[in-house]
Amino acid sequence: MRIIVCIKQVPATNEVKIDPKTGTLIREGIESIINPFDLFALEEGLRLKEAHGGCVFVLSMGPLQARISLKEAMAMGADTAVLLSDRAFAGSDTLATSYTLAAGIKKLGGADIILCGKQSTDGETGQVGPGIAAQLDIPHITCVTKIIKVDHAKKRIVVEREVEEGYEEILTTLPVLLTVEKEINRPRFLTVKGIMRAKKTGVVVWTASDLEIDPSRIGLSGSPTEIVKVFSLPRQKRGIIFSGTPEEQVETLVSKLKEAGYLF
Amino acid sequence: MSKEKEKCALCFKKEDYHGVWVFAEQHNGTISEVVYELLGVGRRLADQLKEKLGAVLIGFNIKKQAQRLIQYGADDVYVVDIEDAARFLEEDYAEVIVKLVEEYKPAVFLFGATALGKSLAPRVASRLQTGLTADCTSLEVDPEEKVLIQTKPAFGSDVMVSIVCRNKRPQMATVRPGVMKKVEMCAARRGNIIENNHIPPLKLRSQVLNFSRKQTEVQLEQAEVVVAVGRGLGKVENLKLIKELAGALGAAIGATRAVVDAGWISYQHQIGQTGKTVAPKIYIACGISGAIQHLVGMQSSEVIIAINKDPEAPIFDYATYGIVGDLMEVVPLLIKRIKTIKNLS
Amino acid sequence: MDFSLSEEQELLRRMVRSFAEKEVAPGAKDRDEKGEFPLEVIRKMGELGLLALPFPEEYGGMGDTISYAIAVEEIARVCASTAITYAAHVSLGTAPLYMFGTKEQKEKWLSKCLDGTMLAAYGLTEPDAGSDAGATRTIARLEDGEWIISGCKCLITNASYAGIVVITALTDKEKGSHGISSFIVPSDAPGFKLGSKYNKLGLRGSDTAEIFFDDCRIPQEYILGARGDGFKQFLQVLDGGRISIAALSVGIAQACLEASLKYSKERFQFGKPISKFQAIQFKLADMATKIELSRLMVYKAAWLKDQGLPYTREAAMAKLFASETATWAALEAIQIYGGFGYIKDYPVERYLRDAKLMEIGEGTSEIQRIVIARKLLGEVWV
Repeated sequence: MRIIVCIKQVPATNEVKIDPKTGTLIREGIESIINPFDLFALEEGLRLKEAHGGCVFVLSMGPLQARISLKEAMAMGADTAVLLSDRAFAGSDTLATSYTLAAGIKKLGGADIILCGKQSTDGETGQVGPGIAAQLDIPHITCVTKIIKVDHAKKRIVVEREVEEGYEEILTTLPVLLTVEKEINRPRFLTVKGIMRAKKTGVVVWTASDLEIDPSRIGLSGSPTEIVKVFSLPRQKRGIIFSGTPEEQVETLVSKLKEAGYLF
Repeated sequence: MSKEKEKCALCFKKEDYHGVWVFAEQHNGTISEVVYELLGVGRRLADQLKEKLGAVLIGFNIKKQAQRLIQYGADDVYVVDIEDAARFLEEDYAEVIVKLVEEYKPAVFLFGATALGKSLAPRVASRLQTGLTADCTSLEVDPEEKVLIQTKPAFGSDVMVSIVCRNKRPQMATVRPGVMKKVEMCAARRGNIIENNHIPPLKLRSQVLNFSRKQTEVQLEQAEVVVAVGRGLGKVENLKLIKELAGALGAAIGATRAVVDAGWISYQHQIGQTGKTVAPKIYIACGISGAIQHLVGMQSSEVIIAINKDPEAPIFDYATYGIVGDLMEVVPLLIKRIKTIKNLS
Repeated sequence: MDFSLSEEQELLRRMVRSFAEKEVAPGAKDRDEKGEFPLEVIRKMGELGLLALPFPEEYGGMGDTISYAIAVEEIARVCASTAITYAAHVSLGTAPLYMFGTKEQKEKWLSKCLDGTMLAAYGLTEPDAGSDAGATRTIARLEDGEWIISGCKCLITNASYAGIVVITALTDKEKGSHGISSFIVPSDAPGFKLGSKYNKLGLRGSDTAEIFFDDCRIPQEYILGARGDGFKQFLQVLDGGRISIAALSVGIAQACLEASLKYSKERFQFGKPISKFQAIQFKLADMATKIELSRLMVYKAAWLKDQGLPYTREAAMAKLFASETATWAALEAIQIYGGFGYIKDYPVERYLRDAKLMEIGEGTSEIQRIVIARKLLGEVWV
């Protein structure tokens, strides 16, 4: 079975500051990691391989510095890692990213199962997975909490996914793209052997010219959305901040709530 | 790229696109709450653009719901009422929606940021090769350019970003449930119901085999009182105290993302940008600094009480009442006080 | 010159940090309070290949002492008891097997030590031979193709859980320091007796015990390396061990700094977090500076070792400076925590108790200074 896991390198903290003047991220001194949600996708991919045989590819789009995250994925157990890296990809929004990753998947020869994290911790849109599936014209299931059954021969898969009210058990066809929830598994650790294997195997880097793509659909020009304004909400105190000892403050609060007719 | 799409891309003129659409998500014939909120904001946008508000209703035996959508503000309801739609999943919905968009060319298309909406909207956007902004908290029309200004909190920082989709149509956005206000229902409102049951053959590759309802002890969205905790809790052991406070008040427990990420409480309790949106009567924020990501999930609460030891914490800007102090000190006092009152009454 | 870690070293750091935070940190408090030995953690580390780190790739490692130092630091950052167990097993118990063992000895024990199915210990210290390791009293005599060992070793890390203990014993008393040899003693050898565990100030999750050799018999071929090489061998072993103790110290000091940073931002006095006060800021700055210097020295000593260059002086400097930094940083952390630093609800008092051993084990600070001075003055040590 061929499994492709899409991963994204993100800042290690979710408290990145934005330069209010330029509207760009202040990345200085911030470590980059594999998007935590993607680790669950990778773990699920590795488990599928262990259960059904085959190989696990990891695919990412990003600057060359993202190579280390792909090596990390290999150190966890992925067989091959491919980084789509080109200045032409810079400035991609979720649409251009989906398109580019889909082109990478096609060049890899496609897959039976494509796995993505539920969303990234930086963009938090969760749009790239479904976007890729649309580009590849394959079904997709988001928020998967369990892979119940895979029938490779009949090209069918049954998964469980989480929706607002509960859990749906869904039957669909292969190839399929799944985005997975944190609950699906517990990602394994890297191993020393894995690190050494990643060192030897290395990361394959493809540029725009390696892919069959329409240049107008990648990077900034292929991204219909545009950030026009970055701003802070004005700070203004709206309510009353009490003073005094904790006892006094609690007392004031309780009397205010009583006055206003809340509770009690 | 196929010949057909190429032709389409060439003939694309954004001037051909008019009106505001909302996706009328329904499950088993019941329209989702968020749809009325979308109609609320959509109505305002349509009025500003001096264009019509459309709703897309897809399902089986759901035609009768169309009138309701009109009563809540829609001018036109595009209905696809076919048997197959009873088993639709995202891929099938997307095919039908893409066809409708290609035919009627809306300028703006809004989806609820529900499990279905968050999955369906990007599929549709990707098919239409247009822009999509996730989890908008504000939608405005630029008066000159007539483009939709989609505003949302920028990730992990206390600033907002405004995003536009200038050159592609429709301009798509998802909106979190609970963020927008719905308009008053008006039984006398009239509108058009446009039926579109001649859809192209669908692949219907996916189907739901089974559904199991969640057992949720956390009914955050319905709770009248929410006690929420942030990083100021210090350690998981202190959660006991919060539970005691919630118990005394009959409140549900909410949490910031930091607390959920630390593994102190399950994701079900998360309030904010990537969690739930709540608007209870009383919201007690314990040790919550007030990052934008959290604020967007609770700022419509009627009374916000903040307990934080940092007098500079942004939460105090949003609080109706603020107590500056260590929650480990304040909360026990509050519990004691509430218990006394409850016993007396 | 290049101060950046290689990608492999960086990945290793991520790997161990993640492992440490998820698998080691949660039990650290209990290990300290209840004296629970981290056997399960060491097993898991074996499965991940961490016990093989400093050894060449054909043994499952990275052949990289810097990576090993990073691993020790990251484990120590969350649990020094686990880190000392790890460091003693690898640097003291396993390394001599790798360095001096025959093919047969390696086949018999090394692979088990590397995959974590067997724990190893190192027996050098005796009641009357601590810093003066040349004063070894334990005797080994050869009889009918067997070594018969009699004597006692004390303060032996991992002793109660070890499958083998590498020890030094006198084989040729008249030859002085050249009369000391090393032996591999399986803990099930007849005459091998465990003494009681020590009740220690810190590192309470680690195991430290006495071992008695009551005419303990082992086959002739269990001698490690050549007869009479024991003294020379243990100097080499200790050089390597000192890097690990230095790395362990950096980990504890780093934990002190991180705890201090966190607390000083959360603790409000006079209406603001105490991190806004210069008195606290200076402490934080000094801590960060000394930790960075310690870490650099650890890396340098490790790098020299991997280059096959002399590193005795640098290992001693790293150990001396890092260990004294750790104890000092722990004291500063407690000071920043104030009264809370003195109580067991907060981790910093543990850091102090754990750190203190770093100035003692594998050569006291005084011994390190002697080693450094001798190197400076050109004195011959052996």
